[in-house]
Amino acid sequence: MIWRAADERGMLILEPLLKTENLTIKFGGQTAVDHVNFAMPAKHFKSIIGPNGAGKTTFFNLISGELKPTEGDVIFRGESMAKYSSVERTRKGLGRSFQITNVFPNLTVIENVRLAVQSKENIRYQMFRHFIAYKDLHIQAEKLLEIVLLSNKANSIANQLSHGEKRKLEIAMLLALDTEVLLLDEPTAGMSLEEVPAILDVIKQIKQTGEKTILLIEHKMDMIMDLSDSIMVLFNGKLLADGTPSDIMENETVQQAYLGGLYDEQLT
Amino acid sequence: MKSKFQVNNGVLLVLVAALAVFPFVSDSRTWTILLTQIFIFSILAMSYDILLGYTGIVSFGHAMFFGMGAYTTAIMLNKFEASLGVFFFSIAIGMIIAGIISFLVGLLTLRLKSHFFAMLTLAVSGLFLVLAEKWRTLTHGNDGFTFRAPELFKDRVMFYLLVLICLVLVYFFLRRFVSSPLGRVLIAVRENEQRTKSLGYKTLHYKVIASVVAGIVASLAGSLYAVSLRFVNTSVLTMDITLDALLMTIIGGVGTLIGPIIGAGVIELAQHYLSGLAKEHPIFERWIIFFGIIYILAVIFFPRGIVGTIRYAFWKRKNKDVSVVLNTSKVKEVAK
Repeated sequence: MIWRAADERGMLILEPLLKTENLTIKFGGQTAVDHVNFAMPAKHFKSIIGPNGAGKTTFFNLISGELKPTEGDVIFRGESMAKYSSVERTRKGLGRSFQITNVFPNLTVIENVRLAVQSKENIRYQMFRHFIAYKDLHIQAEKLLEIVLLSNKANSIANQLSHGEKRKLEIAMLLALDTEVLLLDEPTAGMSLEEVPAILDVIKQIKQTGEKTILLIEHKMDMIMDLSDSIMVLFNGKLLADGTPSDIMENETVQQAYLGGLYDEQLT
Repeated sequence: MKSKFQVNNGVLLVLVAALAVFPFVSDSRTWTILLTQIFIFSILAMSYDILLGYTGIVSFGHAMFFGMGAYTTAIMLNKFEASLGVFFFSIAIGMIIAGIISFLVGLLTLRLKSHFFAMLTLAVSGLFLVLAEKWRTLTHGNDGFTFRAPELFKDRVMFYLLVLICLVLVYFFLRRFVSSPLGRVLIAVRENEQRTKSLGYKTLHYKVIASVVAGIVASLAGSLYAVSLRFVNTSVLTMDITLDALLMTIIGGVGTLIGPIIGAGVIELAQHYLSGLAKEHPIFERWIIFFGIIYILAVIFFPRGIVGTIRYAFWKRKNKDVSVVLNTSKVKEVAK
């Protein structure tokens, strides 16, 4: 709360919105995330890159509370998140999307989003009124579907959507929670090339509103360079580099470890 | 957003009115008793469907709540006077006990994954069965005991009407319950519990609420059942009761409220007629065999149940919005 007040007076924000301190997790002998220290201010757009198995999704799981760290801590708004479950972290403002599409398969698209809106509006244990009476939930859900360009599918059953559409639905549900931080885990994973630009547009739109702090895991380099304020590189669970897109491009270790091969491929 | 196949209130009203005048038109005692039985099991099956069909919880211990209601009412009517006041009071007490027990059991067990939960419910209900068998001073064990019902219910028709009213009230209460915002979250838990959590819902709370509501309603069914027989023994706590509820729900259609009512009708009538056929051929003395067959066939060819299949066919033809498409995976899981 102190942090908030400082923000409103227009003071320089010293305390980052989200940071990790020596965040580490070990699975058996394997260290999946190894003493990662990172910080990001509010309304920042940061991307995480790294080869497969670098620990990117694990890092997300640690931030969102799906996994408990072996060592270290996640600090959000100056508060340690260690004692909070993933549910509580979501309510506090850390919303995440999943790499593997994870929607309610047998419910309609609008119902999927409405459940998320309902959670945000804190309508949880109301059991004596018909849900149709909550018109506002429906209206908000419709608006979100417009943002992600899914209005025409509102009444389809979610598992009848194409993969790309499911990803959009996923983003709509994340937006519905209206969390301060959006953790996007490879929103374009498994998408056909034609489907990617639409998702990209959605993410750009979210960025342009300037209200959200976004942490993005992504493989598509051109997309990241364009969008990100900063990029961090994970390699074998360690933070290899953290800086502006151009810094990262010029960083030799990064080029050797990861970018070299991949980026050349993309240029050709 | 209402689906077209929302059972029309008008149609329901006509049906209820027809059932209400039935005992005055027909003087068949058998039918009055049979229908009373169907109504009671409809209430039980609907309560079970809150768990199985709406929340996706597979419980093998539902009989314990039914038994609690039955024993509470029987014991109170036996120990105190057999008056209407005691009768209604005993229903309330039974519901409170069932509510508390289902809350505690739910809190302790619902954290577990579905299969383990199912096994544990079986164990807990077994515990209550043993308790009822051993606590002979109160329950008279296996032999059970008879008791006097309130004077008013000497007239079978009065009791029939009371049960019908209970059925209608429970139906409307549960219908509102499942279509409330809370009910939508229950459906979300059924569909994808992990996702529901990541939306910020504490799913354990919801599962406990569902199990408390189901327990309370099952206790009501138990109270009515005991009075309908004017006798109670440990059979009200056995697995058979749970299996009946399960079968009724699946045959009628999981995830619908009309389904369990129809399922209760089908099963009770089948039971009645099949056992009646025993005179024709001795195999019908073992009519339970046919239930096994019906159950297997239903799960293989009819996983949506009667109402679910009709609803699905309707939906496919119109391809209109149904906000909830029935999920059959739970049924298959149970079948395994």
